[in-house]
Amino acid sequence: MEILDRKLLRDLGRLWAQVLAVALVMACGVMTLILALGATRSLEETRAAFYERYLFGNVFATANRAPEHLKAGLTAIEGVAAVETRIVKSLILDIEGMVEPAAALAVSLPDFGEPSVNRLYIRRGRLPEPTRPGEVAVVETFAEAHGFAPGDTFGALINGKKRQLTITGIVLSPEFIYAIGPGDMVPDQRRYGILFMSRSALEAAFDMTGAFNDVSLTVLRNADMDRIIEAVDERLDRYGGAGAHDRDDQISHAFLQAELDQLQAMAGVIPPIFLFISAFLVNMILSRLIALEREQIGLLKAVGFSSLHVAWHYAKLVIVICAIGLVIGGIAGSWVGGALTRLYGEFFSFPFLVFAHSADLFFIAGAVTVAAALAGAASAIRSVVVLPPAVAMRPPAPARYHTLGIGLGALHSVFSQLTTMALRHLWRRPVRTGLTTLGTSFSVGLLVTALFSFDSIDYMIDQIFFQTAREDAAVTFAGDRHPDALRALADIEGVMRAEPFRQTPVTLTNRHVELRMVIEGLPRQTQLSRVLDVDAEPIVLPSSGLLLSERVADKLGLRVGDAVEVDFLSRENLTVSVPVAAVVQSYVGLTGYMNIAALDRLMREGARVSGARIKIDPDRLDDVYDAVKQTPGIASIALLRLSREQFRATIEQNVVISIVVYSVLAVIITFGVIYNSARIQLSERARELASLRVFGFTRAEVSSVLLVELGVVVALAQPLGWLIGYGFAWSVARGFESDLFRIPLVVDQATFATASLVVIAAGLFSALIVRRRIDRFDLIEVLKTRE
Amino acid sequence: MAAIDTQARPVFHVEDLTKVYVTGEVEVRALNGVDMTLYEGEMAVLLGPSGSGKSTLLNIIGGLDQATDGRVEFEGEDMTAFGARQLTRFRRRNVGFVFQFYNLIPSLTAWENVALVTEIARDPMTPEEALAMVDLSDRMTHFPAQLSGGEQQRVAIARAIAKRPEVLLCDEPTGALDSKTGVVVLEALTRVNAEFGTTTAIITHNAATRRIADRVFHFHDGKIVQMVVNENPVPPSEVVW
Repeated sequence: MEILDRKLLRDLGRLWAQVLAVALVMACGVMTLILALGATRSLEETRAAFYERYLFGNVFATANRAPEHLKAGLTAIEGVAAVETRIVKSLILDIEGMVEPAAALAVSLPDFGEPSVNRLYIRRGRLPEPTRPGEVAVVETFAEAHGFAPGDTFGALINGKKRQLTITGIVLSPEFIYAIGPGDMVPDQRRYGILFMSRSALEAAFDMTGAFNDVSLTVLRNADMDRIIEAVDERLDRYGGAGAHDRDDQISHAFLQAELDQLQAMAGVIPPIFLFISAFLVNMILSRLIALEREQIGLLKAVGFSSLHVAWHYAKLVIVICAIGLVIGGIAGSWVGGALTRLYGEFFSFPFLVFAHSADLFFIAGAVTVAAALAGAASAIRSVVVLPPAVAMRPPAPARYHTLGIGLGALHSVFSQLTTMALRHLWRRPVRTGLTTLGTSFSVGLLVTALFSFDSIDYMIDQIFFQTAREDAAVTFAGDRHPDALRALADIEGVMRAEPFRQTPVTLTNRHVELRMVIEGLPRQTQLSRVLDVDAEPIVLPSSGLLLSERVADKLGLRVGDAVEVDFLSRENLTVSVPVAAVVQSYVGLTGYMNIAALDRLMREGARVSGARIKIDPDRLDDVYDAVKQTPGIASIALLRLSREQFRATIEQNVVISIVVYSVLAVIITFGVIYNSARIQLSERARELASLRVFGFTRAEVSSVLLVELGVVVALAQPLGWLIGYGFAWSVARGFESDLFRIPLVVDQATFATASLVVIAAGLFSALIVRRRIDRFDLIEVLKTRE
Repeated sequence: MAAIDTQARPVFHVEDLTKVYVTGEVEVRALNGVDMTLYEGEMAVLLGPSGSGKSTLLNIIGGLDQATDGRVEFEGEDMTAFGARQLTRFRRRNVGFVFQFYNLIPSLTAWENVALVTEIARDPMTPEEALAMVDLSDRMTHFPAQLSGGEQQRVAIARAIAKRPEVLLCDEPTGALDSKTGVVVLEALTRVNAEFGTTTAIITHNAATRRIADRVFHFHDGKIVQMVVNENPVPPSEVVW
């Protein structure tokens, strides 16, 4: 070991607290990078493996009732590898011990052999036998929510008939990694399940012999997806085909993709912040160390060390700090990343997890961290290289200060000499003061980013559940019905109000932009499902015209008064041009509304309802649930009252985790920045502060100089941090925005205040640690040495 | 003060003072039984080689350090019993310090460096008055980096006297200055001593400086080996080194 390396080790030992503070900031950057990218890769590989092994479809389509012989035509489409026709139906379940009705999607399995598309992974038991119509396989999440095991039974209302079903197996499907019930905001595994039954059982139950209403296709590599989708639509159009789509519009895939996109976005935003701050901290520490060792540097050069040799000595210090950060961050990142992957694996139903071992990630993280730190150190190291030894051996020229640009009198009348000292010191190094402020403001910003989710979710819950969807339950019929069906529902004892809705799949076209979505027809003056304008004011539905959500209007480039082409997918060749009557608010899905009477007119089928939203007397909830379980023709029921709770619980759980993580990161940044700048100020000004002690200033007075400096930085960092936080929150809200949902950008004042309080507390804590050093000043030692 | 006035009030009285520094395994006896009395208004010069105990004594009577053994009285009060808080108050009220390296605050102007102390003193003179005493009325708005060494030391003297202290303790005040500038600084000190009757103790390596003192204490190995009364102190302008 070189003698200089011994010096390096001793320097590290002496500066351990500062080194650790910087290394921790670096570690956060490395950790978030490895965690986010590592988990994304693991989940992507897991998903890819699951999709590939279990033949997840590439194209999906539904129809009302298509003859089975169409399958040959679908298989013949160029580029199609395999076709699986199925019967898929909604059921109402009656599960023992569960008061409210559960809903399920029944999916048929071929009577012979495995499906050629969307195969099942059998966790336990076996698939149902075609000869036993009462047998079902259920998805694992649903089974777990009810504690079901093979052999257990539950009741179901199948096409109006009550049946007892027996579970034969517990399965996972690449199609339902994320399963969400109709009308629900978040998955509720207890109230919504996926059941797999034999084709012959469903054919018999729904009178679908020789027919199908759902088809999935896999395609060959390099197949032309658009042409395949077009060809499928052509063949299904006559049978009520609702338009084929690829994986992007497949609910489970789209949700999973949105989640992965967010994870990946985190890797793009958070680590650079940490790298920037650590580069700045490295610069601060190294500049100070080099200033203190000026004479030593001169000596080393005088005795014959080359400039590069001395520079390399200081670069090594930086590299060692990086190494500490990398080790801590690497271990923490792998560990937390693994845990996160497992958490996702549980949340989404994967049969197995593929952990992507990414040695390259560590290498990338290492290279990026070292590069950022050395970039931060560059100016300090450069000063070592250019310092001539003769100059280095002389003491540096005294620090030059300037007045603050305001009159002397003005300053003195407001501030004491101690405060003037503090302010001038800040002013003397505007870049450093600016960067320290910026670093601290990032902490505030991160906290605002974490905390704003609460505000937005609260706002969203209020908007969705109290302003818009004010019903207790939404009942969907099995197929559109005559409005009389509404009366049957309204007659159930305990139902206080029932409002109809009609939903129909459409393709909206404006110039070259096409959008597949659902239009919902609502009564003119809805009470239970209100439509709000962009300012959150309720709208009375006009007697004609389409109301589109902001996202739909944006995507299609439409404004109020423009005409849009509406192609009704459930009716063959029915395309009409409809004017946009209003742009409305919506946080979930792609939505469009119309007056139900206007929709009926356009669709030329007479009055029809798809379902109803109902208000239930809270005392008679159980009666209504019972009645629903007995009522034929109800395909599914979404319980908004329960959704609300589930929504809050699910989202808050995720939000709390992210708030804890962000808070820890913010506190580490604050500590790293404030502690280091306080230590450096103390080192630079030890003599000055000790002199003050000699003149009879108390410890508290002397500390106040330092505290005022830090206080100014922390105070300046607050408004800047709020601004940065608002910007981050905006980009997070944008990042979340997808066709499935979006979150509103709402940041309460309390959020800014909380973020500031946490950072101020962390700053104060760091400053107090440094204050203890002022208390232990050796006055004589300091006065005898020359700066 | 022309000669030692035995009727004068003692300001400091030191008895059998001992100071031992322990650094690691090495024990250094910096003061080894020092007895000394400083009287009101006198100008004392402390001479001796490096490590002879001059600075240690000055630090102890200045309230910067505490003795290992022995007794220090300031105006009859036992300083050895002072705690940290009382020492701070003592320094704040009673002592002015002047150091070899000036110890000015670089971020404050000359005027502000003086005002720093007048802000916390009980009955200070104005910074303008103090700076006028050291002939720096025209340099008040300059920062230390804009002043020469002699000017910086005179600012330090103005800062030390502005609170009208009972004692002025100077550790090598001319050590970093050339002789011409050193004379100007010494003149400032004698002027303060004469006009305010401030008891002044000056540590110096420079034997010529003894000629301005009322009494000269010679230090060696932590002891006062000789005390000389100077019957005819001369003004600094007559001192040559």
